[in-house]
Amino acid sequence: MPKQEELKYTKTHEWLHVQGSEATVGLSDHAQHEMGDIVFVELPKAAQAVEKEKPCAVVESVKSAFDLYAPVSGRISALNEDVAKEPILINQSPLDKAWLFKIKLSDPDQVKDLMDWTAYQEFIKQGRG
Amino acid sequence: MATAATVRKTALNEAMRKAGGKMVNFHGWELPIRFEGILKEHAAVRNSAGVFDVSHMGQLFVTGADSFKLLQKTNANDLRKAVVGKGVYSHLLNEKGGLVDDIIAFCLALNRYLVIVNAATSEKDFKWLLAQAARMNVKVENKSDDYSMIAAQGPNVPKMMELMAPEAVKLPRFAVVEKKLFGADCFISRTGYTGEDGFEIISPHAVITGIWNQVMELGKPYNIIPCGLGARDTLRLESGYLLYGVDVDDDHTAYEANYGWVVCLDKGNFTAKDILLKQNREGVKRKLTGVALTSAGVPRPGCKVFRNGKELGELASATYSPTLKKGIGTGYLSEPGLKPGEPLEVEIHGKKVPAEVHKVPFHKGTAFPKG
Repeated sequence: MPKQEELKYTKTHEWLHVQGSEATVGLSDHAQHEMGDIVFVELPKAAQAVEKEKPCAVVESVKSAFDLYAPVSGRISALNEDVAKEPILINQSPLDKAWLFKIKLSDPDQVKDLMDWTAYQEFIKQGRG
Repeated sequence: MATAATVRKTALNEAMRKAGGKMVNFHGWELPIRFEGILKEHAAVRNSAGVFDVSHMGQLFVTGADSFKLLQKTNANDLRKAVVGKGVYSHLLNEKGGLVDDIIAFCLALNRYLVIVNAATSEKDFKWLLAQAARMNVKVENKSDDYSMIAAQGPNVPKMMELMAPEAVKLPRFAVVEKKLFGADCFISRTGYTGEDGFEIISPHAVITGIWNQVMELGKPYNIIPCGLGARDTLRLESGYLLYGVDVDDDHTAYEANYGWVVCLDKGNFTAKDILLKQNREGVKRKLTGVALTSAGVPRPGCKVFRNGKELGELASATYSPTLKKGIGTGYLSEPGLKPGEPLEVEIHGKKVPAEVHKVPFHKGTAFPKG
């Protein structure tokens, strides 16, 4: 399980864990807390091409639906079917059991545009989240 | 009166914040949408005990020799059912047969009624009743600003109330008792908006925090938790209770809302009786119908509903049902005779998702008669 300090973050509250040419994507602890109980997840399709900052998945709490955006461009290389079956995992284990999907990166340089933990904390504090 | 610019706070605001409430602006009132989570709060009420700040609700007092006459004239239900110490759920009618509001009218004593009204409509209801009371010997007062209100709900709530108000525990459903709590004159009724057994307590602002704390203390053995508007909405929708302004309004009638049981056509004359009589005889063109998804997804208000490719209407209320563990909703459908189980489709995020007509209530909790 990655520590949240080691992850990269987007302004739309996805986290990214890069291992070589593949990145695991999930929803930040801050975001799951703000959304409340997650009851439905629509994951991308297997092998689907995704584009940086374009919506590629949906999570729904009891009250609202939220789009998830691809943090980087590439192709979906793995999906977490457990979280589709049991969406509340996102609230219980947002960084570990509730990773959502993996992307095979098409442009690894895009990772540099993302926030590190310190910058993300600052971003949240400023209330832009 | 609240205006768009002001957000009103209930007397329990600080207590709600301290308890971890995530506060939102709800029709001009700052209220908690949730505490720990809607699912946990929903389950607490269904299985044991939960408590809500519902101080935004309004209280009108109708007193005087013609108080029964005024309420009987303006309501769809028969106020004769509200004998002293009892209340009735009813629809306050406009001249078209639509709903000015949905209310509970309690008869506290001969010629003395307490009418519980919705927050956003309290001033409208008050003015409507005043206008209808012309030439009657009756006093109508809007005391919504003077009272706070909490709802303790769940199957274990009567047990925990035994120490606080034993007389309330003896009350049948929809009955009310006046009682001093912390030295103040309060009202306790066996009512609620969750479908579970429980009580609503109305008190002057000064003592509500004391009452809240006592309820939380007495509820400890039953794991009582504070609950927010989110759970209140999922609980009421599962129970088939109407939300004024969303499911019903001035332009919808009780028959259209599938609440025909509220209308007592044989009680004598009352507002819009002719229109409702005609509608009862001829039937309605649209009916508030229960819908449940038969696959994964969460329907939302405004989602369109289809049958065999034909659009029948849209959902007024819709959510994920924590009890049924699937998406549910109610909407006015243009085919009023549909039976439970009839296949439908609900359009969610541009995709048609399989669904079916579902009976309402979706779930019957302990507030419903057995059987």
